[in-house]
Amino acid sequence: MTTINRNEKSQPFGLGTLVLGFLSLLGLILVVYRWINGLGVTTGLTDGRGWGIWISFDVLCGIALAAGAFSIAGVVYILRMKEFYPILRPTVLTGFLGYALAAFAISVDLGFPHRIYYMLYNWNIHSPLFEVGWCVMIYATVLALEISPIVFERFNMKAPLKIIRSITVPLVILGIVLSTMHQSSLGTLFVLMPHRVHPLWYSSIMPILFFISAMGAGLGMVIVESTWSFFGLKHKLETRLLAKIAKIIPIILGIYIVARFAEIILAGNSHYLFSGDKYSILFWTEIIVFIVLPMILFSLPGVRRKPMQMFTAALLLIFSLLLNRFNVSLVAFAAGSYAPTWIELFITIGMVSIGAFVFVIASRYLAVFPHPTEEQVLISPEEKQKIGDLEPAFPIIIQSTMSLKESKN
Amino acid sequence: MAGLLILPETKSSTTTSHANAYGMLYDAKACIGCRECEAACKGRRNLPPVNEPELDADNWTIIKLYQQEDNQHVYSFVKRNCMHCVDPACVSACPVGAMKKTPEGPVIYDETICIGCRYCMAACPFEIPKYEWEEVFPRVQKCDMCADRIAEGDIPACVGACKIGALKFGKRSDLLEEAHAKIENDPLNYVDKVYGEEEVGGTSVLILSKIPHEKLGLPVLTSSSLPSLTWPWMKAVPGVAVVVASLMSFLYWLTGRKMKVALQEENLNDNN
Repeated sequence: MTTINRNEKSQPFGLGTLVLGFLSLLGLILVVYRWINGLGVTTGLTDGRGWGIWISFDVLCGIALAAGAFSIAGVVYILRMKEFYPILRPTVLTGFLGYALAAFAISVDLGFPHRIYYMLYNWNIHSPLFEVGWCVMIYATVLALEISPIVFERFNMKAPLKIIRSITVPLVILGIVLSTMHQSSLGTLFVLMPHRVHPLWYSSIMPILFFISAMGAGLGMVIVESTWSFFGLKHKLETRLLAKIAKIIPIILGIYIVARFAEIILAGNSHYLFSGDKYSILFWTEIIVFIVLPMILFSLPGVRRKPMQMFTAALLLIFSLLLNRFNVSLVAFAAGSYAPTWIELFITIGMVSIGAFVFVIASRYLAVFPHPTEEQVLISPEEKQKIGDLEPAFPIIIQSTMSLKESKN
Repeated sequence: MAGLLILPETKSSTTTSHANAYGMLYDAKACIGCRECEAACKGRRNLPPVNEPELDADNWTIIKLYQQEDNQHVYSFVKRNCMHCVDPACVSACPVGAMKKTPEGPVIYDETICIGCRYCMAACPFEIPKYEWEEVFPRVQKCDMCADRIAEGDIPACVGACKIGALKFGKRSDLLEEAHAKIENDPLNYVDKVYGEEEVGGTSVLILSKIPHEKLGLPVLTSSSLPSLTWPWMKAVPGVAVVVASLMSFLYWLTGRKMKVALQEENLNDNN
């Protein structure tokens, strides 16, 4: 076999992985229980509050936090900054898991889960949800194709690998287009509801705000998952690359803050800012602690040199997204009182666990992370000229190590 | 290509297309709270006439009582049911088009294609669509203005049951005229407002009252229709897709060209 096989295969699973496995299983059992018994028995949802944490967390946050995938794919394949290749695969894998789980969560939340595909032929182009549904379906497929080489490589399937590589760039462009469309349309979803969303969160430019904040938090997610993989899975930490990403984040957050405040002031809602009620406090917490603070932290070169400080700042950023989406869709969303049931909570926890569990298993058995020794392989100028046009560094590395090994034999 | 899809223009529905549509006029001042309308609504669907305090999946219309806190003699009944908006948020929200506004006026629901996302429930400014929470496969339920009866030339069951004429059925434009005439003839006993004339771009159900409408629990809403807020964004999607795709393709070409030039220069330097 190739160099993709790792020697740590013999190690037993850690306690953390076992806990993840258990929570995943519990979540799946509860999903089946919900499908058999209906929403009324299993959830805290009522006529006054039709959307709960599955929509707020699994769908809205899950999709937004997966936004790192299209950003990094664009950086690697469109801007051709191949130095970012080492973090591409984990990011795309996270993206795929995020979308797949969001789609799964939607099927748990739908009253008629078995009709989920009706959207394919019953079109309502006026509905933001119609567009989100379509984009999520297509983009999940695109991400699956983008990440499929890790499976093909594992089993040394050359023909599908060749096909995927030949369509990688169109796939990446399609992914960026779809992401722009549905990340913003998740905001359009709430533009329809000025009577529900509090003026400090409701905004006529919500589609733009949703898109920008998803990009920021998506990049935060890249930093968090890379660092987490370093500690949990002992992979090489690309501090230099993460620092480069960290440098871009304050710009994104800056644009976000300016746009958000400008809209509030232009819409004549500035008096809500200092009303002192729980919404204004919530608003300022979201802005100062979770957006301005990471913005300052990421602009400090000292922070960008230290992985743990970057990790903390990125966590803040992820919380800012969670807080924002929860505020828009639950807390500052005028509707009936609601508390999630333990079944709802454990299904959500199960979804996150499934994501983390699959990620751990994949990074163990598939070439999600580049092998430390493989990086040292030098590529001859001729080779670079031949494939340097668009092929990523990683397949080159594999090929060269393979040829090295073969020559050794 | 997605960008080349020609999207139909959004209808400015208030004026032209639904001028001939039907509507209902409810006069809260005239209503005596007998609840015959509730019973008739239930009877039409073969449900037992049980009085519920709020609308739910089985109760498509209810009569509520408003009493002023400090003076219980100041009171009014109010009939709540689907307002059948002229440009309904639920219709624009439904991803599969299970909610439809018929040319005759009623907003109807197709339970055979509903996927159960409940966006209609969140989108409705009047909180009308209700859900069969206890069912394994729950349907969204709400007043359909007896669209089947209207199609047969009949009037809605609740209107037929109202013996004192507090509830009327007819062309929305005629009812609107009648409502304004009523206010003009008795300005002391009516609030000078026909609820539903302007609200969210107009509704097929119109409400007259002697007590300010917001006190009866009717939401205060602007005159712009809710779908008119989202449609500009939805309309822009294909264009944005084309622009982003072109931009990315151009960037890809640009970075490729830069790389080639750099390689060539490298080679030249090597040769020298």
